[in-house]
Amino acid sequence: MSLPDPAVLIPAMARELQAHLQAQNIDNPRFVGIHTGGVWVANALLKELDNQEPLGILNVSFYRDDFSRSGLHPQVRPSELPFEIEDQHLVLIDDVLMSGRTIRAALNELFDYGRPASVTLVCLLDLNARELPIRPDIVGATLSLEQNQRVKLTGPEPLAIQLQTLDNL
Amino acid sequence: MTPPAPKCPLQLNDQGRLRHFLSLDGLPRSMLTEILDTADSFLEVGARAVKKVPLMRGMTVCNVFFENSTRTRTTFELAAKRLSADVITLNVSTSSTSKGETLTDTLRTLEAMAADMFVVRHADSGAAHFIAEHVSPHVAIINGGDGRHAHPTQGMLDMLTIRRHKGDFEQLKVAIVGDILHSRVARSNMIALKTLGCPDIRVIAPKTLLPVGLEQYGVNVYTDVNEGLKDVDVIIMLRLQRERMQGGLLPSEGEFYRLYGLSEQRLALAHPDAIVLHPGPINRGVEIDSAVADCPRSMILNQVTYGIAIRMAVLSMTMSGQNEQRQLDAEKQESL
Amino acid sequence: MRIQINGARLIDPASQMDQQADIFIDDGKIIAIGDTPRDFVAEQMIDGNGLIAAPGLVDISASLREPGYGRKGSIASETRAAAAGGITSLCCTPHTKPILDTPAVVDLILDKARDEGFCKVFPLGAFSQGLAGEQLAELVTLRNAGCVAFSNGLVPFASNRVLRRALEYAATFDLTVIFHPQDPSLAEGGIAHEGPVATFRGLAGIPETAETVALARDLLLVEQSGVRAHFSQITTARGARLIAKAQARGLPVTADVAMYQLILTEEALMDFSSFYHVLPPLRSLADREGLREAVKSGVISAIASHHQPHEADAKLDPFAATEPGISSIELLLPLALSLVEEGVFDLPTALQRLTTGPAAALRLKAGRLSVGAAADIVLFDPKAQTIVGENWQSKGRNCPFMGHVLPGVVRYTLLNGRVTHKNL
Repeated sequence: MSLPDPAVLIPAMARELQAHLQAQNIDNPRFVGIHTGGVWVANALLKELDNQEPLGILNVSFYRDDFSRSGLHPQVRPSELPFEIEDQHLVLIDDVLMSGRTIRAALNELFDYGRPASVTLVCLLDLNARELPIRPDIVGATLSLEQNQRVKLTGPEPLAIQLQTLDNL
Repeated sequence: MTPPAPKCPLQLNDQGRLRHFLSLDGLPRSMLTEILDTADSFLEVGARAVKKVPLMRGMTVCNVFFENSTRTRTTFELAAKRLSADVITLNVSTSSTSKGETLTDTLRTLEAMAADMFVVRHADSGAAHFIAEHVSPHVAIINGGDGRHAHPTQGMLDMLTIRRHKGDFEQLKVAIVGDILHSRVARSNMIALKTLGCPDIRVIAPKTLLPVGLEQYGVNVYTDVNEGLKDVDVIIMLRLQRERMQGGLLPSEGEFYRLYGLSEQRLALAHPDAIVLHPGPINRGVEIDSAVADCPRSMILNQVTYGIAIRMAVLSMTMSGQNEQRQLDAEKQESL
Repeated sequence: MRIQINGARLIDPASQMDQQADIFIDDGKIIAIGDTPRDFVAEQMIDGNGLIAAPGLVDISASLREPGYGRKGSIASETRAAAAGGITSLCCTPHTKPILDTPAVVDLILDKARDEGFCKVFPLGAFSQGLAGEQLAELVTLRNAGCVAFSNGLVPFASNRVLRRALEYAATFDLTVIFHPQDPSLAEGGIAHEGPVATFRGLAGIPETAETVALARDLLLVEQSGVRAHFSQITTARGARLIAKAQARGLPVTADVAMYQLILTEEALMDFSSFYHVLPPLRSLADREGLREAVKSGVISAIASHHQPHEADAKLDPFAATEPGISSIELLLPLALSLVEEGVFDLPTALQRLTTGPAAALRLKAGRLSVGAAADIVLFDPKAQTIVGENWQSKGRNCPFMGHVLPGVVRYTLLNGRVTHKNL
């Protein structure tokens, strides 16, 4: 399978995003990236859009739904949202959309900060493996993987998509 | 003579993660650092409008205080509530045990209430260990202070204070002043500082308030506060209790203040950027001057805020370790 | 009943015998050692091959807990445990309820012990009435009832003056006084040895001086009063040296140490296990080494179990709230053999400190294997192993060695020629 190149995907996504925001009459949204891959993608998008606004960073560790099974991830980082959420239009960015649970956690966390006017979801990759009714508004590329395959985004410079095969499934 | 195989350290699960939080003794540096990092994240939560995360939603934390303490109890309650847990507080000192119920019977009764976690405070050293050994294995025990032995959450919140305001432990001189003999805070602090790599840990007190054998633990002992405070970066003042005036330990609070109290002049002996910590509640004019307690270099109020974050970190990490152990045990059962 | 013990290696410290020899018993007494006596036909043969025969051990301090502390033990259970430990004579402590300060209690204990028949019991009488340290107990009356010596345990006397008077009274009648040197105010509130372990575990400490200050005072008063004195449960190296010095200048004092004190140190308290809570406390490594030296040189001429059985609840609490004491009477021999294995002393010395040493200290007719003596014998297999806890006899399971593997197994204990313990 040939893997897409983020350097090609990002400009296309930026154009689509701009079009989408215009169609929705959204002016001056704030960007929020989900740590870590989402933040890399968000930064790349902001650069492409020539947007100088500060980026919000979300660490969703405290909102995940698997705490009673896997416990806390040992490397938690604080979230940083350097702007008001209340009544703000947001663009939420993540690298890989799989089950949709990370996005659910991110939305829950954002709403604990305040009530956004809207949330537009941007994902670099959609793996078509949704377990929840989460729909991205902008997608870089869609991939279908085998049971034992995973993808990983490496970065921040250059961004690249890696395919991993899990040996022990 | 061959003794039977030693059991695993009581507070760690099979993967070496926290399942109880009893004392800082034996915890690796990486784990203490992890607690501090996790607490940093929780500090950020405390700065938001909605100061809650859903991490421990549906879980019950029971404060079991055999020894009274409003301050520690309230911060544990707050920490648990900010993790969305349900909290019950039991002041056992006033109820069953004084009627002659054994500690183990009290524990059985509490277990029947199906709490996931007990925060325990007790007047006997080793009580938290005892409880962890005798409670059913899936209940997490957090030590809120046991006798003179340990107050691990206080130790960690002091470390967080130091890290946030002074940085790298390996460059610091830290002094602990006061009643070391009776202080569980001092013991936890000494262990934490040693583990985190502090090269110059000083304890300062008259001989009557210094326990035997401290040098064995890599601590420098001073009886002269003017010598001990020279150039230190952090001063931790301990609370002096009234009872110490009896039994020949100290002649009076006045003399203690004159010889060991942290006045502005004494503070000037330390590094110009030195910070002052105190576990609270402070005795103004006994161990510390009002002017010093209220000056910008005093971290006393910050300690309270950091205390909530540390306790949130410890509660969630311990709950995480318990959950992980339960998973491991279930997997072991399945493979049998 | 005529009994013959064949092929055992006989060690009798009193006569310094250490050789293979048969033992011939008739009517509860040893009638011959070595060659078969004329016309002797054994009714019972005991195979001693591979075994060591020694005088039945003499334990000069054990709490039987009867009368009064039935939850912790009874004369039946604890003398049975003693027999399992190879002990044929023991001294029971006066901490009973009622206290061992009246002849009635002495009679009760002696009768019960005799009826049970597991061990000879020599009661230690209370030195003061009610063990309160104020009024003398009726020492001569108690002696006549059967008390072999007098002790006040760790309870202090009201003042040095009262103590001096009590010692002079005892000296008048040539009675032996047993001292447990501990200064109450220095020891007050303490539950562990004042040292680095107690410091870091936050346990209130009992300093070395709690023992040495009292010991120094006691030795001077012993000298002044001329009383026969035995110092019990020494725990400090310094204390052993004080006793050595007193002996060197001619004071005929004797001393004993608890068997566990020769093995365990304060390090055992690191995990707060209440099984190591004893009074006086486990001390430093240096203290243990000093005690071992003193036992080896004979300054301390006796090792006792200081057996203190407890019910489970007494140990089921945070350290400070538990009762002190270790139950170990049935391990006296295996623990001694572990020290021999470690090279601390040789087997004849170990046996001497457990037989004639203690017997001589309290002037007991016990501890020797000789023709004409009572057939109080222990036969043990030095090559087998005891798994502590298997076939446990004492009511008290408060023993920190549970589950440990110790060298040696007591195969037979004979009391007046009758088998009181058998484990093949």
